[in-house]
Amino acid sequence: MYYRAKKIITLILLHTFLISVALSCIFPFMWMINSSLKTETEFRADHGLVMSKRISLENYKQALLGERLWAYFFNSVFYTAITVFFIVIISSLAAYGFSRLDFPGKNIVFFMFLAAMMIPLPAGFVPLYVLLNKIHLVNRTGYVLAMTNMGLSLSIYLLKTFFDQLPHDLEDAARIDGCGRIRIWWNVCLPLVAPALAVVIIFNALNVWNEFVLASLMFTENNLMPLQVGLMEVYNRNIIQHTLIMASLTIGAVPIILLYLRMQKQFIKGLTAGAVVG
Amino acid sequence: MKIDALTRTEQFKNFSFVLPAFIIFSVFYIYPFFYTFVLSFHKYDFISESKFIGWANFKEVIFYGKHWWNTVYNGAFITFWALTFQNILAFTLALGVDKATRTGKFYRVIFFLLPVLSEIIIGLLMREFLLSNPGIFNKLLDKLNLSFIAQDWLGRDRALLTAALVHCWKGFGWAFVILLAGLQTIPEQLYEAARIDGASAWQTFLKVTVPLLMPVIALVLVLTILGTMQAFAMILALTRGTGGITEVPVMLIYNHLRGRQVGLACAEGVILGIILIAVSFTMLYISKQIRRRWGVLPR
Amino acid sequence: MSFSHRLGRLIFVLLFMVIGCAPKAPEKKITVWHWMNDRKEAFETLAKKYEELTGIPVKFKLFFPPDIYAQKVIAAARAGNLPEVFGILGEKKMLASFINAGHILDLTDYMQENSREWERQFYPKTLAVTSFKKANTYQIPQGIYGVPIDTTVMEFLYNKTLFRKAGLNPEQPPKTFQDFIYLAKRVQKATKEAGFVCGWGEGWLLNALATEWAINLMGERKFYKTIKGEVSYTDPDWIKVFSLFSQLKDSNILISDITTLINKESEDLFSQGKAAFSFNGSWSVNVYKQLAPDLEFAFFPLPSVSKRFPAKIWGGAGSSFMISAKSPNLKEAVDFLKWLTAQEQQSFLVKETNNLPAVKGCEEILPPILAMLLDDFDILTHPNTWPDNEDTRVLEIMNQGLQQIVMGSKTAQEVAREIQEVKERVCAR
Repeated sequence: MYYRAKKIITLILLHTFLISVALSCIFPFMWMINSSLKTETEFRADHGLVMSKRISLENYKQALLGERLWAYFFNSVFYTAITVFFIVIISSLAAYGFSRLDFPGKNIVFFMFLAAMMIPLPAGFVPLYVLLNKIHLVNRTGYVLAMTNMGLSLSIYLLKTFFDQLPHDLEDAARIDGCGRIRIWWNVCLPLVAPALAVVIIFNALNVWNEFVLASLMFTENNLMPLQVGLMEVYNRNIIQHTLIMASLTIGAVPIILLYLRMQKQFIKGLTAGAVVG
Repeated sequence: MKIDALTRTEQFKNFSFVLPAFIIFSVFYIYPFFYTFVLSFHKYDFISESKFIGWANFKEVIFYGKHWWNTVYNGAFITFWALTFQNILAFTLALGVDKATRTGKFYRVIFFLLPVLSEIIIGLLMREFLLSNPGIFNKLLDKLNLSFIAQDWLGRDRALLTAALVHCWKGFGWAFVILLAGLQTIPEQLYEAARIDGASAWQTFLKVTVPLLMPVIALVLVLTILGTMQAFAMILALTRGTGGITEVPVMLIYNHLRGRQVGLACAEGVILGIILIAVSFTMLYISKQIRRRWGVLPR
Repeated sequence: MSFSHRLGRLIFVLLFMVIGCAPKAPEKKITVWHWMNDRKEAFETLAKKYEELTGIPVKFKLFFPPDIYAQKVIAAARAGNLPEVFGILGEKKMLASFINAGHILDLTDYMQENSREWERQFYPKTLAVTSFKKANTYQIPQGIYGVPIDTTVMEFLYNKTLFRKAGLNPEQPPKTFQDFIYLAKRVQKATKEAGFVCGWGEGWLLNALATEWAINLMGERKFYKTIKGEVSYTDPDWIKVFSLFSQLKDSNILISDITTLINKESEDLFSQGKAAFSFNGSWSVNVYKQLAPDLEFAFFPLPSVSKRFPAKIWGGAGSSFMISAKSPNLKEAVDFLKWLTAQEQQSFLVKETNNLPAVKGCEEILPPILAMLLDDFDILTHPNTWPDNEDTRVLEIMNQGLQQIVMGSKTAQEVAREIQEVKERVCAR
């Protein structure tokens, strides 16, 4: 009896603690969404701390159309999709090569990719920017290629460990049936590492979506800029309109939150992938 | 002779799988990697021709770079808070969740929300939240009868602590998830055995949990250092540097690049990279020593 | 994407070859790159008017924010595809390196033809910003390299409504530094709003103010000598300048978070009546007009800190246009800029955008709030017109030092010593 009471009290205390931390995580976002539904005058009166009775979508209209946030948003979708597509194809090809095929210098090349993952390069964006400027590859092409490179090492490593664990029988059977390397890679092996591909996709998609530094340096045309730079812009242009900023931030955050809630397992795996490797 | 030629084409076909990755990697990683060193010995401003100036940039940064070392100090300060506050919080939460609910799915979903969102969104949101005008956070504290904590969060010396705390707030969920995953790999039988041996909860924690979790903890610590010392976008969005009070190393590098002092920026990058490598190797070495001393077999 | 992009490029190259092969006179047209978001519509109206007038199409292309614009111009200079007309953002060093690299046309001859007809239209202090004097430190041949299209002045502002609320005479702004602090405190006490707001998260705003006070306190000659390295930053006069900022801090009149505010945030707060005083550029007239049309405010000259030397006001050309030296349409570009800086067009820009004009003759149509600034046009000073410019590293440490004084984390003496340390090292080179 005593033990049970003690256990229940501990549990209550524990949950209180956990829930209060959880609240601190959620509250600013609820405040953000709540404020974004107010008019500026209402916000200046109650600072978004009171639930709004009337819902005004004016801020969203202004943010999406007036501030052209939709364009930034779709730019981001576009860069993310293209980059992730490149990374998946290129890294799975390479990972398969490293795992199953033989060629001279294989270990050295693989070691290079590994080393790139381990060596921190805090100012990597400096020479990259100088280089892309020199070869006049700023804006879209340069950005997508640079971001593709950023995701390669880790993706190759992750996929290679998966390929290494696959049994050889299936491939042998396919080879006997007369399949070439490319078809074995595409038809036999890739479907088998689908779970790893999901991790690679999420990890890289978030990386590109959330990237700011390179994007803020690279783009010289306002209508090509991705969302993170766009948000910073909208903020700088509209400091006086808090509710408009809140609506912009909501537009930036909520799609990711919804996606995350639907696919949390992959998100968590994808974002901790870096850790698993180390 | 014929067989040899065949294998060579075969080898090339095999290599062609790696080729695209290799090309992109060479152009966008290997070349810039060495180019950093080259540039760090030059004076270059994008418009004039670059000029070789030897060690001048490094001398500038190492011996006279009060400004630079100040940003390193700021980075280290935030890292210190991330290492202690963020990770202890994450560890406590992981232990709590592990005890309260075995899977901890609900809490995991919520705690991991912040690491998913971008640094810019978090930074701008918290700026709006913390600025003294209109002072949302201070008003909130007022409502909770905590007005004695209310203050200028972003405009004074304390801005660095504010930046550190926001950084921890954004980052703890990530450490939490990794630590929780680590905790859940510890087999129940070990706890069972400890209890039968009459070990107290504290003893079990010290003798079973911590040693078994040591590799994971070391990993979290190293990644915290690497991540925090290179943090930048969140702080830019949150404080914009506050007169050097919250200026972090990468922010200075970024600003120097923007100010077209390319050589200097590269030299700073090289120095920061060396510091980071040295620190993370030291950390790994220490954790290995600890594991050895505590009698836990290496992984 | 990459494919379509490459295809696009290929088509472009082919087109270029086809056009390039055909013997054809270069098309007469003018492209202008700029970053002035507030003048977008006004420029486009003018462009249309010019085309109707001369048949030469003018295309204004806006790149915003200014950071993006600056990058765009550098990238274009490297690639050799600068437009006919563009502006340069940044210090004089940047302008000098563009001139040295042969990107910018020397306008001196055009300015001085017909007995200096064009040159004489401008306010001299405004034009000085884009000119290089004889034997300058940048080794640029003496001459005029840019066409100013407006004048900007950095001044103090006060909120008349708050003055009235505090029982003060709204037509009597402070004259001296002590006055200023006294009045700020009075307003703060009576209205519970802050005394002073400014975007001091941007170091240059602190720097501009420190420069004005330094020149007022020690005179221009001593100020220039400091830049030359002949006077130390630990000189008592300089320490006095820096301690003005600690006095501001100690008097508690500064709005909270002042060292993290960017100028826009500061403008927002001033327009809301959250502070009695501010320090801002003349462009803010347009900003306040949009933010709060009813805001009653006025400019006033620098609160003086000494009677020994006359005060100088930070100001000059706010924005200027340069002509690409490599453009095939040089003559057309010059003609267009002559037209743009003619009195009629300048008056139009003044009316549309509330900026101070770059040329004389628009005085009558200026709104009163801007007209009062004309008095200060003789005492303008701008880094671009000084014999020497301070090294970036010294400025960096000075701006940061000032911010730290305002935060109370460093004393004036400490900051002076730190600046001098850097200064000595820079001079030793």
